[in-house]
Amino acid sequence: MYRYDEFDERFVRERVAQFRHQVERRLDGSLSDDEFKPLRLKNGLYLQLHAYMLRVAIPYGTLNARQLRQLAHIATRFDKGYAHFTTRQNLQYNWPKLKDVPEILDLLADVEMHCIQTSGNCIRNVTSDQFAGVAKDEVEDPRPTGELIRQWSSLHPEFAWLPRKFKIAVTGAEHDRAAIKVHDIGLRVLRHAETGEVGYEVIVGGGLGRTPMIGKVIRDFLPKGELLAYLEAVMRVYNAEGRRDNKYKARVKILVHETGPEEFIRRVEAEYAQLNGPTINAPEDEVERIAAYFAPPPYEALPEDSAILDAARRADPALDRFVEQNGFAHKQPGYVALTVSLKPIGGVPGDMSDAQMLAFADIAERWSFDELRVTHSQNLVLPHVRQDDVPAVFAALQAAGLATANAGLVTDIIACPGLDYCALATARSIPIAQGIARTFADEARQREIGPLPIKISGCINACGHHHVGAIGILGLEKAGVENYQITVGGDATENAALGERLGPGIDAEDVPGAIEAIVDVYLKERQSGEVFIETVRRAGLEPFKAGFQAFIASDEGARTLAAEPAQ
Amino acid sequence: MTLITRTGEKPEDYRRVDAVEDLRLDERAVLVPLAFASAALAARPAASVALSVPNDTPVEALQPYLAAAPLIAVEFPSFSDGRGLSLAKRLRRAGFAGTLRASGPLIADQFAEALACGFDEVELPETMANRQPVQQWMEAKDIVTSHYQSGYGEDRSILQKRLAARKG
Ligand code: HEM
Ligand code: SF4
Repeated sequence: MYRYDEFDERFVRERVAQFRHQVERRLDGSLSDDEFKPLRLKNGLYLQLHAYMLRVAIPYGTLNARQLRQLAHIATRFDKGYAHFTTRQNLQYNWPKLKDVPEILDLLADVEMHCIQTSGNCIRNVTSDQFAGVAKDEVEDPRPTGELIRQWSSLHPEFAWLPRKFKIAVTGAEHDRAAIKVHDIGLRVLRHAETGEVGYEVIVGGGLGRTPMIGKVIRDFLPKGELLAYLEAVMRVYNAEGRRDNKYKARVKILVHETGPEEFIRRVEAEYAQLNGPTINAPEDEVERIAAYFAPPPYEALPEDSAILDAARRADPALDRFVEQNGFAHKQPGYVALTVSLKPIGGVPGDMSDAQMLAFADIAERWSFDELRVTHSQNLVLPHVRQDDVPAVFAALQAAGLATANAGLVTDIIACPGLDYCALATARSIPIAQGIARTFADEARQREIGPLPIKISGCINACGHHHVGAIGILGLEKAGVENYQITVGGDATENAALGERLGPGIDAEDVPGAIEAIVDVYLKERQSGEVFIETVRRAGLEPFKAGFQAFIASDEGARTLAAEPAQ
Repeated sequence: MTLITRTGEKPEDYRRVDAVEDLRLDERAVLVPLAFASAALAARPAASVALSVPNDTPVEALQPYLAAAPLIAVEFPSFSDGRGLSLAKRLRRAGFAGTLRASGPLIADQFAEALACGFDEVELPETMANRQPVQQWMEAKDIVTSHYQSGYGEDRSILQKRLAARKG
């Protein structure tokens, strides 16, 4: 993985000094509160319901053991012994004190980490596929591109005061695990159909929030070496023309929507035509220098299948289950990638204790070439495990309470912090996730249901990605009571789609029952081999609406209607 | 108001004129809103007419003045509105070689950004200058000593420095 050189090291240290200076100038009155706010946000520091929150960037989701140990140490010393992994490959501390923040930043810099641009109206932490460098369907590892964008976007002089936040995601695979169509810019590495040259498909104007939109392709093929100049053109058009009169209309998706994709493309290309590419783009040498850090680890030459693992799986059904559910095929024979779920039944999605981080750091160091990944579904990944070692890894994960075999299943729920932490929330999301997970706790039942991404947000801002959940849950507030809207049919992959509402909102205690009713419709409707989202696509929304309505009308649902104010 | 350049405070050479009848009053060069540009140029030599322009002005609207105007002041309605930075970049690209001024309630933390995008100076309202004296601007601009982006500022980017170090 990437290692800082003297320039990166110095840059991050100077950024900490800059933040320290800013805090001092806030305290002595040089900076007003309004002026300090965007400065602290650009360094990941939010003021939340009960305390400050610090968001740490995990660029393109890659970490090593030393970094995770440091994150654990910070959780122990400056937080309440845990931290939270988010849907954008960031990590959040919920209880740091303002006075400690510069020291935390120093500790992060010690392990080549930072909080640069994890919030604010600037280019945010760049995200990627958690199986980068592992997946068989990959044209090229997307992380060198991610690292180049991380460097280029850090303290960009021109694009630090954008109309609104700006999120970039990159994938190098055919199957999109980075949700590139719901980002401000999504990049897909591909090979040119005729020449075989490597480049990018560029998608702009996706996003969730209160106006969810699927991004539009604005370039079918951008030669790889032209990336930074082209990004500069897109950013300049957005910076100059994005709306600033209304923050809810300020994202680039609104500009693309209001000007129309053709006109937007015309403006970007007109700007691009005026740029002097070679003076902006990364030198080829530099691109190669970065890419070299992401060379595959020194794998052993092994047969495709492991007799050791096969025998262990036959002997231990729990191990067998774990590998079946959380294993991901590796392009290197004899290896496997393992998803490590941060969604134990009844737990807080994405939370990890300091002790678990330390245990996991040891596991990654010993059995995965000192590398681990963070996924956008708030889980972790051990990217390169020898299949022969899987039984030992499984035992170590079990000992750390990290062996939940539910990756991608109905209990692997994405949930934002909601009303338990967030100042913008209109409803709780964590307890809803916990309620659903308990309802579906039975492993055999989960397996029978199969892959079913449920995503929950505690307000219209959609941090929990509810629009693109196969089942989406949006917590609102209605006459002082939490009320939940249920959508079905959302998809964050290359088949990106936004979910549609099934009917009126329901009370918190009815949510698990409603999800059961929806799942029952699926089990009844599905044809052989169909996963949930495929059944929705084929059968349409109607059966699900009917099942949902029937649930509301039934006895359990009656309370919902009674609570519904007359309109 | 206070004028700050990369080397420190500097006296104002221009008289802001907001009414056409004041254009001829004295020999000092004037700084006029874009709307008065033709009136001012009819009344005075081009080298003594600087322009003050909103941050959403298209570069094409300024094209006729770029060769002769000694100074263009880009108006920043608030510090958090970054459009002026892109306008500066575009003006430099269009060949403007005079003085570029950022005019408005910027904060010291933006000084390095403004300079890197092509501005030469910042014109601060007095209330801001009182809270953030010139010394803070000088300190703030030098805290982060290098940048990754090629094509910004006068020194080389980190990417270019790395390349030079390897070739060196
Ligand atoms: C707790 C403090 C948080 C606050 C105040 C906050 C605030 C917001 C706001 C205002 C938006 C809507 C922006 C827009 O539509 O323009 C948003 C979107 C989003 N946030 Fe958060 N958020 C928080 C936590 C999180 C967490 C914990 C995650 C990940 C689990 C997250 C990930 C996202 C994502 C992925 C989006 C929507 C996608 C998009 O940008 O279109 N946020 N957030
Ligand atoms: S979706 Fe709403 S409640 Fe949830 S974290 Fe985002 S802003 Fe907070």
